[in-house]
Amino acid sequence: MNGTGRYAIESGSMSVFYGSFCAVRDVDMRVPTNKITAIIGPSGCGKSTVLRCFNRMNDLITNVRIEGEVLFQGQNIYDDSVDPVEVRRRIGMVFQKANPFPKTIYENVAWGTRINGFRGDMDEMVEKALRSAALWDEVKDKLQQSALGLSGGQQQRLCIARAIAVEPEIILMDEPASALDPIATLRIEDLMKELSEKYTIIVVTHNMQQAARISDFTAFFSVDENRTGNLIEFDETEKIFTNPSQKSTEDYITGRFG
Amino acid sequence: MMAVHQQHSAARPTDGLMPSGPAYREQVVARQRRGRLWAVIFQAAVLSGIIALCALLFNILNQSFGYVAIVNNIDPAELAIDGVPLNELTKDQLVGILEANVSAGLMRRYEHDMPFSQRSSENVHELILERVVEPQVQASWGLFESVFARGSIFVEAEERFPGSDVYFRSWLTTSFISKSQSSEPLRAGVRTAIFGSLWVVAITILFSFPIGVGAAIYLEEYAHKERLLNRLIQTNINNLAGVPSIIYGMLGLAIFVRILEAFTSGAIFGVGDQSTANGRTIISAGLTLGLLILPLIIINGQEAIRAVPSSLRQSGFGLGATHWQVIWHHVLPSALPGILTGTILATSRAIGETAPLVVVGASTFIALDPSGPFSKFTVLPIQIYQWTSRPQDEFRNLAAAAILVLLVLLLTMNASAVLLRNHFDRGQASAYRSIYKNDCCHKTSRSDRIRSN
Repeated sequence: MNGTGRYAIESGSMSVFYGSFCAVRDVDMRVPTNKITAIIGPSGCGKSTVLRCFNRMNDLITNVRIEGEVLFQGQNIYDDSVDPVEVRRRIGMVFQKANPFPKTIYENVAWGTRINGFRGDMDEMVEKALRSAALWDEVKDKLQQSALGLSGGQQQRLCIARAIAVEPEIILMDEPASALDPIATLRIEDLMKELSEKYTIIVVTHNMQQAARISDFTAFFSVDENRTGNLIEFDETEKIFTNPSQKSTEDYITGRFG
Repeated sequence: MMAVHQQHSAARPTDGLMPSGPAYREQVVARQRRGRLWAVIFQAAVLSGIIALCALLFNILNQSFGYVAIVNNIDPAELAIDGVPLNELTKDQLVGILEANVSAGLMRRYEHDMPFSQRSSENVHELILERVVEPQVQASWGLFESVFARGSIFVEAEERFPGSDVYFRSWLTTSFISKSQSSEPLRAGVRTAIFGSLWVVAITILFSFPIGVGAAIYLEEYAHKERLLNRLIQTNINNLAGVPSIIYGMLGLAIFVRILEAFTSGAIFGVGDQSTANGRTIISAGLTLGLLILPLIIINGQEAIRAVPSSLRQSGFGLGATHWQVIWHHVLPSALPGILTGTILATSRAIGETAPLVVVGASTFIALDPSGPFSKFTVLPIQIYQWTSRPQDEFRNLAAAAILVLLVLLLTMNASAVLLRNHFDRGQASAYRSIYKNDCCHKTSRSDRIRSN
């Protein structure tokens, strides 16, 4: 239980294999609680893979093997005694492309809590979740309409509302704004900042300005000659962007990455 | 020269070897011409299909309608009483005519079947037509001839069948649909066959839909795709879909009719008709056809389930749903239109299937409506087959009319498939599909490997 308060999730020598191919090797990362941690790096360096390891999303893929450990509140989530279903409720996820269910807006938010056994006032819960995701004012009059009628940015905020409705402790975001225009992106970023008061957020992003703008900590991943991803540096965002300790981090940040 | 060459190769990868100017234009024209040639060939292919279809329809319609020459045993005009024609007589008068013309034994039998006091005058009128007037079809002509060579038909009929009634007859009538099989072509109908077909298809659906969809869910969602056993199962299902239907008939005969006779004859439930208690029943036929379309339903169901975007599954899993919750709440509703369409199309195939039912033992001549899953049966295709193999020409007309009934039944089913799909598609999957149409390109290799957690 040591350090539970300071770190939301810790990985120890975590390696990910697709069959015999090692996608990511030896990741040691301690993600601080109630902060935004950004994961940056070139394409194919395993950012998303690492993110999906934190809530056992990779279990859904055949031939994936994960070595090492991922500690969540002192418990290795890859322990045999841990049910991935429980892990995924407590560590939520928002995907690159907004993927609301083809149901009503209301049902999108309500479904996750209902299947997890929520017995309280559903209307109130839906409103709270939508308010937390800064979406309530826009959709309060059309809760019974299809979620697919919303704009891309609204859909993504609905996905965030849906994720926080099941009361996770950590929210993983896989390039949540990459398919959105700059204004919608800004709203998502503001929302992330607000949410970080209550939740630990880990966000994968290709956009370095975004990482610099919103994150408190940044992890830089790079890819070696075997196409295996490695964690190069993990530190406070300010330090990574102003005074990185690794040459390759600096090259990437300044755009000299080859 | 060398320098120029190098300069060129740096600027143009084709090194100036691409045709240009008039040569190029000529070549484009040639390419376009080749493309148009293919388009014409494809059009011709479609056209030949349409011609074949028209020929089929013409043939059926030609046989279903046309002139017939009928000779009556007793002219109905002779039966008129005081100038009142037969069809306007009172019931008592009709019973009197019947009594005067048939044996007392037959009258007793009719009385025993249903007392004359309870019979309607139409019913008695029918009996008179059947037993007294006894119309016999002497010859029938096709629709084409009837329209374009009307005169020669009358001449021919007058020569060959003097005293015959010649009139235009539609073999497809309401009484054709509402009457059961008869050895008299003028009184035969397809009622028994329609009921038989509906019964058999109902059992086929009840049997193969749940099992087929269940197997599709298992194979798509739970089975480890790279395990040898599962690959073997998958390959075999694909092959089973191509097995000739007569082989399913043999299977049905061996298993349902013979081995499971106690069950399929209804003997263990004590409901079977003893005269038919040999397993050649509706339930045997339904289960055989169920086996026949099971691979189709499984393959189709798998395709429908596979078409559900993986992002939908992931968002369900991401909220802490169990695998079954994701399947039940998201995968199945999205896959349902596809599953239903496939099922109805497979059912259409079952309804037109003949060979396996010949083997399983459909009755070729049966006048009693099926009373339940354990009764003898016939179905439309069997009835058609039986009629076409009769020596008398008139049964070919009946077969054509029955084919029309079968076609209408099939078209109705296919239309309902389209309606069902549209109904379930609205607001559900179609909108989803349009949003996610590019989804398949996104991280395909990963979503392809999605399996159970």
